[in-house]
Amino acid sequence: MTIFRDLSQHILDIAENGVKAGATLLHLTIEENTAADTLRIVVQDNGSGMNAETLAKVEDPWYTTRTTRNVGLGIPFFKQAAEMCAGAFRITSEPGVGTTTEAIFQHSHIDRPPLGDLAGTLLCMIVGFAGVDVLYQHCVDACADTARADTARADTGRNFTLDTREIRAILGDDVPFSDPDVLAFLNESLHEGLTSLQGETT
Amino acid sequence: MKSLEELQKIKERALQRRKLAGEGARARIVVAMGTTGIAAGARDTMAVILKELEKRGISDVVVTQTGSAGMSTYEPVVQVQVGNSELITYGNVDANRAVTLIEKHVLGGEVVAEWQVK
Repeated sequence: MTIFRDLSQHILDIAENGVKAGATLLHLTIEENTAADTLRIVVQDNGSGMNAETLAKVEDPWYTTRTTRNVGLGIPFFKQAAEMCAGAFRITSEPGVGTTTEAIFQHSHIDRPPLGDLAGTLLCMIVGFAGVDVLYQHCVDACADTARADTARADTGRNFTLDTREIRAILGDDVPFSDPDVLAFLNESLHEGLTSLQGETT
Repeated sequence: MKSLEELQKIKERALQRRKLAGEGARARIVVAMGTTGIAAGARDTMAVILKELEKRGISDVVVTQTGSAGMSTYEPVVQVQVGNSELITYGNVDANRAVTLIEKHVLGGEVVAEWQVK
């Protein structure tokens, strides 16, 4: 049991760690592989990173960098969720480079939380983290070779990418992501993308 | 992603509207996220706030999120500041309260004292 009801809430929580560490780019990768029965979630940030000593502590439920309260539970909960679902969890970090959090779940595991409201999480990340860019890549059965995800065969799987740097390049500095028309654009893009990922099978 | 050409048109419309509205933001809304905030529904509260701005075509309100406000029992916590007036902190802001806060405080300028936490 964790305090989050779905994975999209875990993702927002992990993303927030990156922003607190001064990240300017959050890279969220979600890979669903039905043949291997895996769901892989990777949140990569380019924030300040952690040294080996801090990194060793972050999976400890009683460790936190916060000062307002003394308990930090986000990372241990995410780890627990993955490990409960025959999965794996790993954080790698390098000072000055950033942190990568990776959680793997057995896709069909009875206890695996649903992905949940990914559109809501992404919208909060894109609009709420001022000055932080978001790269979202999500693939279903089109990501057998992650190193060459861009060459994935379209006929065997589906994928969706949203890169706010492309959007920012067009909007310029004077139109914020919270502009109502931009919000509508983001909402539609996310919902269209997520619907296309579902395909006919689910 | 939807077409980037469409985005170019959105940009022109938005710039036009901002020119008409004049400089500066009418109000600022801050949603306290953090682990406990998200668990209490802060992400959904923020989604409702953004949906309202979109629906009502409000372009001069800035919405951001912060870490936990350190008031776990009152989460989701939302702060509203209209113009240069005092920053007001509200507790237990679910979807319904969020809509009311936009109507009454952000647009109407009236503090909803009963939901305020001090």
